[in-house]
Amino acid sequence: MNDLRIIPAGDAALVLELPSRIDPAVTARLVFIADSLRERAGTAVRDTVVGYCTLTVYFDPILTDASWLEEEMRAVASLRPPPAAFNRPRIDIPVCYGGDLGPDLAAVAEQIGATEDEVIDLHCTPEYRVFVVGFVPGFAYMGEVHPRLALPRRSSPRTKVPAGSVAIAAGQTGIYPMETPGGWQLLGRTFIRPFDEARDPPVLFRPGDRVKFHAIGRAEYDLESAG
Amino acid sequence: MAAFAVVRPGMLTTVQDLGRWGLQHLGVPVAGPMDWYSHRLANRLVGNAENAAALEMTLLGPELIADADLSCAVAGAALDVIVGEESVNPDDVFTVHAGKRVRFMLRRPGARATLAVRGGIDVAPVLGSRATSLISRVGPFGGRALAPGDILPIGAVPISGGSQGMRLPVSSGGARVRVVAGPHAERFSAEALRRLNGSKYVVSPQSNRMGFRLEGPHLTAAASVQADMLSDATPVGSIQVPPSGLPILLMADRQTTGGYPKIATVITADLPVAGQLAPGDWIEFFPVTRTAALDALRQRLASLSSAPA
Repeated sequence: MNDLRIIPAGDAALVLELPSRIDPAVTARLVFIADSLRERAGTAVRDTVVGYCTLTVYFDPILTDASWLEEEMRAVASLRPPPAAFNRPRIDIPVCYGGDLGPDLAAVAEQIGATEDEVIDLHCTPEYRVFVVGFVPGFAYMGEVHPRLALPRRSSPRTKVPAGSVAIAAGQTGIYPMETPGGWQLLGRTFIRPFDEARDPPVLFRPGDRVKFHAIGRAEYDLESAG
Repeated sequence: MAAFAVVRPGMLTTVQDLGRWGLQHLGVPVAGPMDWYSHRLANRLVGNAENAAALEMTLLGPELIADADLSCAVAGAALDVIVGEESVNPDDVFTVHAGKRVRFMLRRPGARATLAVRGGIDVAPVLGSRATSLISRVGPFGGRALAPGDILPIGAVPISGGSQGMRLPVSSGGARVRVVAGPHAERFSAEALRRLNGSKYVVSPQSNRMGFRLEGPHLTAAASVQADMLSDATPVGSIQVPPSGLPILLMADRQTTGGYPKIATVITADLPVAGQLAPGDWIEFFPVTRTAALDALRQRLASLSSAPA
């Protein structure tokens, strides 16, 4: 396994790095390494964060010897994952596209020379993968979007993007879990909540998950949001 | 249950414990105090566990009213403490009697002080912690700063009678902090690394608990690498460099991931020193090895339980 290296990020984190590329197989491997390490090293690991091609492992440098942890990371990275390791069910997300819930849909359609319905089709067709969970609690960076929808961020970010907004930018798609500032292009909105601190688990998505979007009408959206 | 009521919240006062660890894989920030050392020290002084929830006060402290006799200690930035109409020595543990008010006014040096109350601030934990993440609105009071009328319940069970410890040396106007190179140092030019290690930066007004935007020499990453930098974890203390070349030092309420290369990381022992800086203060970085970083942390922790000189 000489395709990986481990580098320190300060005195309380180690980063396992794989060759830089966006690939669901890389994500699956990183998730497996993270899960195995947490199981094996227990409380010696304070946190693990999967990036596109990195796994960052946080530890307490007083309680845990960094070189021991590095050896543990190499050991679990050399394990072969069982075939069933990544069998999480696909997550289906209902989206009400356009109108005031998706204020950038019309502009996106115009930009790529398509109708709004064609943009919706392009967004609903692929089965996406979650690559990274970050930014705010429950935000999943999913990819890859259809090349025609690989548009940049808005030139000027919005100061408030409503919770549940379904958006695209830079070849990726995601759902805003809470109202935050944001620069992605808003296609629609879902009543599904990616983050709910009262729910167990509080976050819907994990790296490696498969996700598909489908369109719903305004009446269904309003009914479900009210419930 | 005993409580403090918030009369005036001050500039930015939040409830913090040592952080919401174990949930970064869900995108939940750690948060916790900007100055972990003073948080632990203030708790020790009143006999609390070091992880007990306390208040982090920023520049202009709050005014609180006690509904029972409450034993308190402060640590971090230098400040004036006024109970009723009387000044008390901020180095001593002091009592705010039932019905009395207490006010805090920071006078530099330092930007943040911890107020610990014997028994700890006993708000309900959120996802296992009482730390406030302002950016993601997770924590006590819906993850916001304190507001007038908030009630801070005080717990009943401290773990000891209280112990001594040395205070964090807080300097005036700026500070030198130690860094370990990386994780992405090799993606920067030798010139950028030289600049980082020899220049004074100034903490800009666009700085908060998430991070300090720094003004000073530009640090440019090698252009080819900047483009294919993919998002990964952002440890506290990371010095990340966006395309502008002006570094951002990630602090307690940082997000869990980011897409900018990170040239170096402030060592754990010196995070409290950085946490005491305010906009306008200078900061200078100098590199050490990881071994030296660990020695520095051991020394810092030893002074927590050393008798003051």
